[in-house]
Amino acid sequence: MGLFILRRLGVMILTALCLTFIVFWLTNLFPNLEKLAKTQGNFRMSDEAVATYLGNRGYTQPLPVKYGQWLGVLPGYVIEGTDGETRARCAAASSPTEDTPTFCGVLQGEWGQSTVFKDSVSKIVGTRLALTGKLMFWVMMVMVPGALIIGVLAGMREGSRTDRSLSTVSIISTATPEYVSGVIFIAVFATPLFGMQWFKGTATSAMDGANFENFFLPVITIALYGMGYIARMTRASMTEVMTAQYIRTARLKGVSFPNIVMKHALRNALIAPFTVIMLQFPWLLNGVVIVETLFNYKGFGWTLVQAASNNDIELLLGVSVVSVFVVLFTQLISDIGYVFLNPRIRIS
Amino acid sequence: MEPLSWTGSFGSTLIPALTIAVFVFLAGVVVQTIMSFFAPEVKLQANADGTIKSRGGLLGRLEKLNLQIFMLIVFIIAAIIVVSWFMPYGKAGILGEVIKRFLPVWLSLIVTFAVSITFKRKLGLYGKLFDSMIGMIGFGLVMFWVFTSIYVGLFDMIATHDPLQQISGIKNKTPGFPVPEGQDEGFFPHYLLGGDNLARDIFSRMVHGSVIVMVIAPLATVFAFMVGITLGLPAGYYGGKLDTLLSFLANLILAFPVILLFYLLVTPEIVATGLPNYMAAFLFIFPLVFFGVMINSRFKTQPSKNTLLLAVVLIPLGLLYLNVVSDADSPLQIWPAALDFINIPSGILVVFVSVVFVNSPTVFRIVRGLALDIKTRDYVAAAQTRGEGPWYIMLWEILPNARGPLIVDFCLRIGYTTILLGTLGFFGLGLPPESPDWGSTINEGRKLLLIFAHPALPPAIALLSLVLGLNLLADGLREESLKD
Repeated sequence: MGLFILRRLGVMILTALCLTFIVFWLTNLFPNLEKLAKTQGNFRMSDEAVATYLGNRGYTQPLPVKYGQWLGVLPGYVIEGTDGETRARCAAASSPTEDTPTFCGVLQGEWGQSTVFKDSVSKIVGTRLALTGKLMFWVMMVMVPGALIIGVLAGMREGSRTDRSLSTVSIISTATPEYVSGVIFIAVFATPLFGMQWFKGTATSAMDGANFENFFLPVITIALYGMGYIARMTRASMTEVMTAQYIRTARLKGVSFPNIVMKHALRNALIAPFTVIMLQFPWLLNGVVIVETLFNYKGFGWTLVQAASNNDIELLLGVSVVSVFVVLFTQLISDIGYVFLNPRIRIS
Repeated sequence: MEPLSWTGSFGSTLIPALTIAVFVFLAGVVVQTIMSFFAPEVKLQANADGTIKSRGGLLGRLEKLNLQIFMLIVFIIAAIIVVSWFMPYGKAGILGEVIKRFLPVWLSLIVTFAVSITFKRKLGLYGKLFDSMIGMIGFGLVMFWVFTSIYVGLFDMIATHDPLQQISGIKNKTPGFPVPEGQDEGFFPHYLLGGDNLARDIFSRMVHGSVIVMVIAPLATVFAFMVGITLGLPAGYYGGKLDTLLSFLANLILAFPVILLFYLLVTPEIVATGLPNYMAAFLFIFPLVFFGVMINSRFKTQPSKNTLLLAVVLIPLGLLYLNVVSDADSPLQIWPAALDFINIPSGILVVFVSVVFVNSPTVFRIVRGLALDIKTRDYVAAAQTRGEGPWYIMLWEILPNARGPLIVDFCLRIGYTTILLGTLGFFGLGLPPESPDWGSTINEGRKLLLIFAHPALPPAIALLSLVLGLNLLADGLREESLKD
């Protein structure tokens, strides 16, 4: 078990390094840097001016060196610029002093500075993640119980009418991406068009005080898309368990049907959905980006869109690191959880 | 010209009947579902003549009744469609006019279904699809959009206006608004589903959008399958280091949040570096490899036939490849511009490449899993004993036997690709902003959603119906292929 977790951790760290390197490479391609120089300096810079601007700020160093510095395993640059000013990475691109550290990268907790929000990246990511955390919490509260109930009800009598109608419901929900359901929900429930103006079409006010009126639509929009998939997995796992020998034994003993489902089948049927719920996180991240843009809820996904469309390199890197780690960490939990929950693997 | 009402003269007769029937049907379904919790389990009993006895009791009667109501709903819908054909212009309301515009699609659908149901016993898996209700509904929805895109794209039939044409005075107007006087003779007199923010006809944009989706989504899925199959089969069959490496790469792409990847690949700065062109050059080579290896592994013992077949398949494909990949504007120009007949607009190429790139690792994992399972079968061992080469076994023994799950996944994946395309459009990435594809139109419509909700709804519902159709079709196919 210990060795298994260690190996998974090793692969996870390798994947994280590769992914962050790819993001770093893509965000540090020359056209992006040129745009950065022009937005930060002067829009009518000549090509030479761009080159010296970037050179003075350490952007023209070789890519692996830059990546090492950003990561915090190589000492940050100290460059005496062509304009006579000395700039050091660890002193926020001003001249270094006595107590300037040698290393300043992500590992040291220095995430850099956002050029759009004029704030430190770690602070922005922190506050935005808290807002998205609130959204995700309610999504999980709606999605997981809903999906499990649908899945178990559909799976306990395979092929019955309940099964067929609930399966159709879950197909419909998987076929409705967030930007479709969100638009339909807003049009129906937040405009006077259909006479059912019950909710608010924006969730901006939910950032300070979330209530049913302004938070229900975004939550249900994300929850609905993921719900169908989890429900189908739960149904598959439930039908498999219901055909097992020990369920037949329980039936022959004369245990009542509700008791069979609740006490015998449910525990084993919920192992597979746990993995699926954990692996659903990358998709939820997708949904969060779409829904936060649609409902103007300024959380993590909204920050990602802002950083990417405004060429805010350091912020985009920070956001990518966090999202990559969320994805990899949930994969790890799902692997470990599967081993832990499944007695056949746990005991051997 | 008067503005059109929604239902015209149906408003007093058929529409209320339909509404009542639908409500009764839904209530019946709910009551049945609740009752079936308490009902004893169904035991199949045969009549004397061998047919199965119908379910007795109150629930059984309710089931029969509800089936009849469902038939009534289908009949009313068919009546609305047929009657509206014979009504003069404007009498049947917006609904009737929209139905009339789709006339060639309805006729094609009727012909397709009639022919398929007549010969369904001779058509293999496709024919079996017509045994399941879910599969038929899904197939109908998908074919509706397929025919629409064919008639719009090739014959320019269904759309009422040009999708880019702006007429002043109809900005953000509600459905059924008449076009101002002073247009040419034969100009369609109404905006059937209203005008959007730039006074363009929403209905025409929606049907024109189906062409873009219907071209890109299936093609991109085919390419993703080529890449996934060509890499997944050896990974599963050989195993070992190759498998570890390829699986690691696939997991790497899968761990990337899709939207982040899109933003990184599709921004104009990255497109300017030519990265998407290099990726296209890499990804588009896979069909050539796939077909080349497929033919060569089978016919290498007959050199003359082998050369002929390879030439027939690979030369056109190779020319197509060079034409598509090489582009005068991109840094990757490997083919003289004078001979470059196909110029894909760089926006579409970027969208295409990123969708293929995101989809292929999942296909890879599925194919790898299937290959791992099938390579232990006896017929593979028999082929190995015969002395067949590994690629022959992979492409001519394993692949045909993996076709069932792959066909089902193909349907699902076209739906997923459609969703991804919509996501790209929703964020305004890749395709030009005036493009009528559904994602871009939803994106345009959502900006004023709280004031004018009608422009965003038709493309949203269109996308939903197509993806739903593909999902239902996949479900029907899976059910029918499991029955063997």
